[in-house]
Amino acid sequence: MEHLLPLLVLIPLGAAFLIPMANLIGGRRGTRASEVIALLAVAALVAVSLATFAYGPAPAVWIGGYRGASELLGVTGGAASAELAGPGGTSVRGVLVEQVVAESAAARAGLRVGDVITAWAARKPDQEPAAERESQPLHSINQLRRENAALEPGGQLVLQVVREGKAMQLVVTGGKSVTGIAMFSDGLTRLLVVMISVVSFAAVLFSLSYMRPYTKLYLYYSPLMLMIAGMNGVVVSGDLFNIYVFLEVAAMASYALVGFGVEAEELEASFKYLVLSAVASGFILLGIGIVYSLRGTLNLAQIADFTRFAAPNDALWLAVGFFIAGFGLKAAMVPFHAWLPDAHPSAPAPVSAMLSGLLIKTSGVYVLARLTFNVLGVSTAVAYVLMTMGVLSMLVGVFLAVGQWDFKRMLAYSSISQVGYVMLALGVGAEVLARQEAVTQRWSALAFLAIFAGLFHLINHAAFKSLLFLASGSVVYRTGTRDLRELGGMGQKMPWTSFFARIGALSISGIPPFNAFFSKLLIVIAVVWSGHWILGAVTVFVSFLTLLTFTKAQRYLIEGEVPARFADIKESPLPMQLAMGILAAACVLLGVLVPFHMGTLIAPAAQALFGQIQGYAAAVFGG
Amino acid sequence: MLHSVVPYVMCVVLFAIGLYAIAVKKNLIKVIVGAIIIDNAVNLFLVLVGYRTPLRGPAIAPIVTPEIEKSRRAVQELLSNAVDPLPQALVLTSIVIGLSVSALMVVMALRLHQKYGTFDLTQITKLKG
Repeated sequence: MEHLLPLLVLIPLGAAFLIPMANLIGGRRGTRASEVIALLAVAALVAVSLATFAYGPAPAVWIGGYRGASELLGVTGGAASAELAGPGGTSVRGVLVEQVVAESAAARAGLRVGDVITAWAARKPDQEPAAERESQPLHSINQLRRENAALEPGGQLVLQVVREGKAMQLVVTGGKSVTGIAMFSDGLTRLLVVMISVVSFAAVLFSLSYMRPYTKLYLYYSPLMLMIAGMNGVVVSGDLFNIYVFLEVAAMASYALVGFGVEAEELEASFKYLVLSAVASGFILLGIGIVYSLRGTLNLAQIADFTRFAAPNDALWLAVGFFIAGFGLKAAMVPFHAWLPDAHPSAPAPVSAMLSGLLIKTSGVYVLARLTFNVLGVSTAVAYVLMTMGVLSMLVGVFLAVGQWDFKRMLAYSSISQVGYVMLALGVGAEVLARQEAVTQRWSALAFLAIFAGLFHLINHAAFKSLLFLASGSVVYRTGTRDLRELGGMGQKMPWTSFFARIGALSISGIPPFNAFFSKLLIVIAVVWSGHWILGAVTVFVSFLTLLTFTKAQRYLIEGEVPARFADIKESPLPMQLAMGILAAACVLLGVLVPFHMGTLIAPAAQALFGQIQGYAAAVFGG
Repeated sequence: MLHSVVPYVMCVVLFAIGLYAIAVKKNLIKVIVGAIIIDNAVNLFLVLVGYRTPLRGPAIAPIVTPEIEKSRRAVQELLSNAVDPLPQALVLTSIVIGLSVSALMVVMALRLHQKYGTFDLTQITKLKG
């Protein structure tokens, strides 16, 4: 089962390389070959992602290192070695121990606050005590942590310690940990992987017809595959820097796809997106640098392990701030949303569907949620920031959406608003978990409900927003315009497209049998139950405005008279219908089958975040 | 104390200069330069994070060669004086990513110039706000 995880990245990556190759060799038939390769790759991804579900929880995959039970060293101290008081009034060079965690490996070894560690040596499990290699001078506590992490199971660290002017030797046993790069799949990862593969499949199917008018299609399918590889990479990797690299892979592919039409507007939108996203990447990398300097590792589970014991640190808050700014930019949350309403509508429709449906969630919401809940730990301050960003996004997004006449722009603004719902729900979950009374069953149930509702809305939004973007593409394909004032009467001319668009519009408005009704209801319940009455009222109000927005869209798109110049348009081709049909079915099934799918699909994902840092570290290290 | 803080402050200043260029400058090329400055500020920061005060003699690069592995003294020297290799690996990756992003930016700027005939951002406004 764990061998499936690298496949999630390797399949689309391979396809991204094969497509230009096929074009080079195939000549005239190259375009058809790119389409076939792309379709096969996403079909394989759907199969693999469903297989990850069938197998259930899996151990982490370590690339270049072994896995074992992690154990914290349990000691904090001076960052660098310094001159300290030694035996008999002399001075020694070493690291001062400032804190020792109870019942940790360091405490069992007898290390105390005030000790000065001057040197260390590693002892292999089968070595005689006398045969250890010579002691090395110690630079910092982080170095000791790294050495502890690099020990083989059963290995020991022999420390030369100066305590109250006397030199002594202490032996730390049981440092067992990892050196490789982890790929890990828990409930949350599985949920996102299924979401990515199904929406990508629909988008590629839609592209088969939609992209025909364009030339050089291999330049379209290759970045598309690269983007899927990047998104899958972000959700399966358990390593901070790998997340950054895959984030950049996905982002780079998306810049190219946004500007694929190379018209003036598309290039302008792409450039704007490119610059803001580059700033976001700078913030994220800065945050990663700070976390590395504090924790001495990039492995998410190990950072989580350290977070559990280490005292709060001012520099860590700086890193959290950088992460919120960076991932907030990537997720287009409100103070950072300026690029999204330009970039998403400018892309070809299937790419808009993937950007709005997937990219802002995987590279923004997912990473932020993972870091907040599972790695850096929930805190009231961060929870309030998430809630504020969520509420602002909901309000600003929907106010700007309701006045739009450009259908795709309306959808893009509404994406900001809907992702705001997710952020608000996750923020409420974090806020409740950060409270002191979260230990009681009642409050932890509330936190679970909030997280559950947020993640449910996340996949619901992927389904209906992608569907709506594809429907807009279907209309643009036949009419060449996306201005609602010029359109009308598509119910008569394009009955299937209209039918699917109506399902999407009803879903996003939260009409009962469809999926978003349940997720919005749960979000409102969770927000009100947690005591934020005003936010609950805002949520209901935004839901009402969303209904208004999409009533307007249906009124001008589907109802009304057919304009004279569109008198002889036809229904869009079959692949487009199929693609929209898949997503429409997803909208209906996610709603109707709530009692059946929530136990396998969403509850494990919510459990993964709800488990917080202990749960994540335990799951990655397998016990 | 002061000499260890100054490089970090310079990093932040460099980052702020890049942000300023992106936020204020109206010329596409200057915006691109701003993005590259941000990129380099972050790379510099990562290199600084990897620096460790050497115990004896000057700090050295963390390169393990077969010659070093043979000599016990060389290993000792590497362990006590070498800087942290991991951030350097990160910086290499980050430089490659930064290079491709800046290449893409320059190509976009060229294409924009073909379409609009100018590098002035105040005139590249076909999209409504």
